[in-house]
Amino acid sequence: MLEYLIRFSQIHESFRKPELEALASFHGIDLEVLKYEENSPFCTVRLVSEKAAYTLISRSILAHAIYELWGVGTDYPSLHADVHARTASKSASYKDSSFRFTIDSYQGKRNSTAQRSLIESFKYFGFKGPITMNGAELQLCIFEDYEQKAEEPFMIYLGRLITGSQRQFMDKYNLKKRRYISTTSFDSELALVTANITHAAAGKLFYDPFMGTGSFPIACAHFGAMTVGSDIDSRSIRGKKNRNVLSNFHQYGLTSHLLDNFISDLTHTPLRVSRCLDGIICDPPYGVREGLKVLGKRGGGGEEVVMIGDKPAHLQEGYLAPKKPYSFNAMLDDILEFSAKMLVDNGRLSMWMPTAAEDIELGIPSHPWLQLVSVCVQPFNKWARRLLTYRRLPEAEIDQSIIIQRREYERDGTADELNAFRKKYFEGFKEI
Amino acid sequence: MKLLTLNFLTCARKTCKSLPAAFPLHPKDAELEVVETDFNAPFLRNILGRLEWDALKTLCMELGLPNLPPSAPEPEALLEPGAEMAELELERELEPTQTARDLHNLLLETGIKEGKLVCGNCGHEYAVKEGIANFLLPSHLV
Ligand SMILES: [Zn+2]
Repeated sequence: MLEYLIRFSQIHESFRKPELEALASFHGIDLEVLKYEENSPFCTVRLVSEKAAYTLISRSILAHAIYELWGVGTDYPSLHADVHARTASKSASYKDSSFRFTIDSYQGKRNSTAQRSLIESFKYFGFKGPITMNGAELQLCIFEDYEQKAEEPFMIYLGRLITGSQRQFMDKYNLKKRRYISTTSFDSELALVTANITHAAAGKLFYDPFMGTGSFPIACAHFGAMTVGSDIDSRSIRGKKNRNVLSNFHQYGLTSHLLDNFISDLTHTPLRVSRCLDGIICDPPYGVREGLKVLGKRGGGGEEVVMIGDKPAHLQEGYLAPKKPYSFNAMLDDILEFSAKMLVDNGRLSMWMPTAAEDIELGIPSHPWLQLVSVCVQPFNKWARRLLTYRRLPEAEIDQSIIIQRREYERDGTADELNAFRKKYFEGFKEI
Repeated sequence: MKLLTLNFLTCARKTCKSLPAAFPLHPKDAELEVVETDFNAPFLRNILGRLEWDALKTLCMELGLPNLPPSAPEPEALLEPGAEMAELELERELEPTQTARDLHNLLLETGIKEGKLVCGNCGHEYAVKEGIANFLLPSHLV
């Protein structure tokens, strides 16, 4: 087993390890995390081979790159000592390679003179090859980790670049450059991370039952999955001429990965019960703007056919099906139940769930056929949203003696009565 | 709405959903369209085992498309004859067979652009417009 250094971005900290672990399990790579801290972008891991290191990071979004670890120390003398111990055999094989040295100081700064002298301090390697700025065969980087406002780093690493990640794609899919978006379109970086955590990949079928303008299907399609999406709001799918979900797929050259979009409500889904989905990703509307709605008439009733003239209203052009407010917690349970029935063995569900900061410890919805894989938190000021990821247990691992009991929810009421989060949102949250 | 998707859809009414008569939905006044898409061997192979072949046969018949063979092709029939199973990993390099091309064309390139989808149990009609089907229900059918 060999040691590697992962250079993460210092953002969305609680998503970094789940993404890394999801990529390891997706590729069947044994991953041993040696050192990882939320407040540092540097992480050391043990892996079986360079090929495993390459595979692990090559589609990551939250990592920048992975390096073969050539040395680590709390100051330069201890780093050099460690480099001598680790690289005696390695560095010789790069004697005539083109090479490049860089310095990456986190929360610290070095002027160019200081940088040059640090690089000079490694001249004992005796590299004879040309120095190349682009595409050097050997790319070494000195990493310095500083405490905030410290003069000197508390940890220094030397690493040889193995591969970069797919982090640059968050810019390609940036919402600012996307032709069709709405207020609920999901930021491209976390959409791509969600697709990674959910194991989106070529050959797989992924579904988003609350697709909106298609943020998650696009992210899944980027990783090669075939995607299906639906939404209760027909306007969000159809959009306008040349500005709709289909045009977004066109913009990115991904139309071959868009199977279909249709208009439907998850509580009355037309998908037949069958284990046909490899992954489900959704950000169910918690209805801060309009309130979560499903099909049905508010306050009950509506059993009779509504007529306009001598023709039933629902058979006429431009008919809008009535919708009623629905409990957000009931919807989360509906999503779990749906996923339990529809996912293939080991298929994954990722769903986003908002929580008031004071409720962060509140329960995570569960289903006996689904195993919770990871919980990531994106904090905002007074609320947070969590990404919950589950794995559909293979049939053989399911405890058949457990009886699935649904929690009971208010059947009817106003949007606020049915949705505690929405209520708190408008009350401005409790001070904590 | 692609023919592949139709293989996974039934009537959205709770009283119909589990009934065999509600699946597959029957096309009515259907205007078909063919949109070229990239051939996708790994997806085709994965999805093959999840299809209800009889429902697909019914749909083709009702749309006036050529008859399908009595049973679904085996995944091996998607590769060029003589190719070893061990080469599956490299299949992007392999030429798809005519069977694979036909299936791709039928499932992923052929769709209903305009028309209706009718439940064989309750008779409710779901409209398809510009390729997008609407499965919302009026209150009296919820
Ligand atoms: Zn029906």
